[in-house]
Amino acid sequence: MLTIENLQVSVEGKPILKGLSLTVEAGRVHAIMGPNGSGKSTLAHVLAGREGYEVTGGNVRFGDEDLLALEPEERAHAGLFLAMQYPVEIPGVANMYFLRQAINAICKARGQDEIPAAEFMRKVREQARLLGIGEELLKRDLNAGFSGGEKKRNEILQMALLEPRLCILDETDSGLDIDALRTVADGVNRLRSPERAFLVITHYQRLLDYIVPDVVHIMADGRIQRTGGPELARELEERGYEGLLGTKLAA
Amino acid sequence: MATAFDTVKDYTEAEYKYGFVTPVEEDRFPPGLNEEVVRRLSAKKEEPAWLTEWRLAALRRFLSMEVPDWQKVRFAPIDFQAISYYAAPRQKERPKSLDEIDPEIRRTYDKLGIPIREQEILAGVAVDYVFDSVSVATTFKRKLEQLGVIFCSMSEAVREHPELVRKYLGSVVPPGDNFFAALNSAVFSDGSFVYVPKGVRCPMELSTYFRINAAGTGQFERTLIIADEGSYVSYLEGCTAPMRDENQLHAAVVELVALDDAEIKYSTVQNWYPGDKEGRGGIYNFVTKRGACRGKRSKISWTQVETGSAITWKYPSCILQGDDSVGEFYSVAVTNHRQQADTGTKMIHIGKRTRSRIVSKGISAGRSDNTYRGLVRILKSAEGARNHTQCDSMLIGDRCGAHTVPYIEVQNKTARCEHEATTSKISEDQLFYCRQRGISEEDAVALIVNGFCREVMNELPMEFAVEARKLLGISLEGSVG
Ligand SMILES: Nc1ncnc2c1ncn2[C@@H]1O[C@H](COP(=O)(O)OP(=O)(O)OP(=O)(O)O)[C@@H](O)[C@H]1O
Ligand SMILES: [Mg+2]
Repeated sequence: MLTIENLQVSVEGKPILKGLSLTVEAGRVHAIMGPNGSGKSTLAHVLAGREGYEVTGGNVRFGDEDLLALEPEERAHAGLFLAMQYPVEIPGVANMYFLRQAINAICKARGQDEIPAAEFMRKVREQARLLGIGEELLKRDLNAGFSGGEKKRNEILQMALLEPRLCILDETDSGLDIDALRTVADGVNRLRSPERAFLVITHYQRLLDYIVPDVVHIMADGRIQRTGGPELARELEERGYEGLLGTKLAA
Repeated sequence: MATAFDTVKDYTEAEYKYGFVTPVEEDRFPPGLNEEVVRRLSAKKEEPAWLTEWRLAALRRFLSMEVPDWQKVRFAPIDFQAISYYAAPRQKERPKSLDEIDPEIRRTYDKLGIPIREQEILAGVAVDYVFDSVSVATTFKRKLEQLGVIFCSMSEAVREHPELVRKYLGSVVPPGDNFFAALNSAVFSDGSFVYVPKGVRCPMELSTYFRINAAGTGQFERTLIIADEGSYVSYLEGCTAPMRDENQLHAAVVELVALDDAEIKYSTVQNWYPGDKEGRGGIYNFVTKRGACRGKRSKISWTQVETGSAITWKYPSCILQGDDSVGEFYSVAVTNHRQQADTGTKMIHIGKRTRSRIVSKGISAGRSDNTYRGLVRILKSAEGARNHTQCDSMLIGDRCGAHTVPYIEVQNKTARCEHEATTSKISEDQLFYCRQRGISEEDAVALIVNGFCREVMNELPMEFAVEARKLLGISLEGSVG
């Protein structure tokens, strides 16, 4: 579903991704772990089409499309979703209204009819209940004054309703208390399906106890350094980056 | 680092969609302004002698006045002798029923999305249709008459209700008030008249739709709304004009009078042709709007969404004379390309415990300039008066300007004024977030701007809020690249 080949990306002239390759198959959950500053968010942003990153080499295919040639909204229409590390606040725009706009924009781009109001309400309420999001939070301005945990749950709510093919989660677990972590992980697990793939960026084994990955990648210095099964994450937990990769790459 | 605004485009892809011209035969005066023109105009409208004299006195005042220059807008001198002061679609007599209206004119309003019909889309709204210098139709008149509500064109009011017109015309905005008010008083052609009798809550929105069609003319309409004791009325005006290279002048006067316990809610969605991307053409919107809260506990609330015009220059104001009266001003002003807006309000507190609230949202994009200018004056007599002012500006791109010019004069120690101001930009993070969720960049801008303006948009009558929301998006198309 997603094929990244030798991706090289610079920010303000400084190379961040230095030839990263990665293949994600439909139905699989890939975890990416790596030290701070190794380029995980950069990868997520480049895949989602954020401006400010210069792709200096390599290519990315998403299904049968050249992902890097698409505008950010076109990538969303094609089924790519990024749950952000720092969701932004949009004052004056109600959470639920925003959701509706997003769903309708995607329907329109796919040549489908807009979602009827009643069906939308039913779906939102159902998902919100599963994620422990209260009615009040749906009516509030998008992310404005939301706690860290509320923001993350809200990202998963959007993900559940937009029904993407590829879900990228950038540190969705950070800032969550132990119960919220469970709720969010359950939310992700409910979405697992043979047609859908996940790229889960995290620092902690704990999340991977709940969302059990098929593949684990260790990223450092702008490249995938090691790839393995769930046991790789446990090994990392025990030995740390230094023990796993040596002093040079762990920095 | 490349930012979303590096390539701010200074053009808009979307054409002004109301920019067409209707092919009607018009009756019009040759250009020029003098006593003879005013007399002819007054005669054409079969006005009583007192009104002719009133106009002539205003003309004399006008001719002795200078164009004001204190505002932060720039424009080439206007040749007042080059304007035709009367243009009206030729019709033998005013149609007696809606069925007799010229099909061309009917089509015009269909195209503008406000069909002349008493049904369907605008079922809850009575509309007065003003085409160039005259009112061509008014819907729901009968229904309103049953309640004693008078809603008609100003010309008709002069004929049918001269005592009311004579009593209130110029009582809020005197003919010599300012340069453009004097001009309007001399040559006003038509406009709407509303009288709501004691204790009546007008059950439907009243609305006037102003359309400039003819070239080489201006529009000088006059609106007068009187809410008698304990009554309520909500009124809305909308406006559009064809696209032309010349600048056309719109110099209106609006007067509101609220007596004891009466409330008037006046909303404007202004979408006059703004000129092209280089600043050629467009309407000069120089308007005097003022409401008098004459009665105790009366209330006047102005809500405006200003997206059009090459230059917008207006300050809907409230004179809070009655004790415990309330004035409100909610404003959204959007400028793009080369548009200029200098707008705000005046709240004059005279009565005891009078309160006013000002919420102004200015959005500037392109190379436009957007100024909020507001005066809060609290006189000695205004014991315990209160004002709260909030002015927020949003900038899109870095070639536009936003300015806030508050004037606060307090002569009573028990009064309290609060003023808050903020300036913000649409952040790249916000745009990216929206786009990642599938919302196009232009829709994202519209969404964020609408959020920024929500407090004001919420004040609009429901029937118009949806349109106004769309309009904000359309006016900002092409503002980010
Ligand atoms: N906009 C930017 N301007 C300058 N440097 C940047 C920018 N974005 C990222 N970088 C740099 O790129 C490197 C990788 O950052 P990135 O956010 O991708 O790391 P990360 O792996 O997500 O780290 P963390 O685990 O702390 O979230 C860092 O050195 C960071 O400072
Ligand atoms: Mg990160």
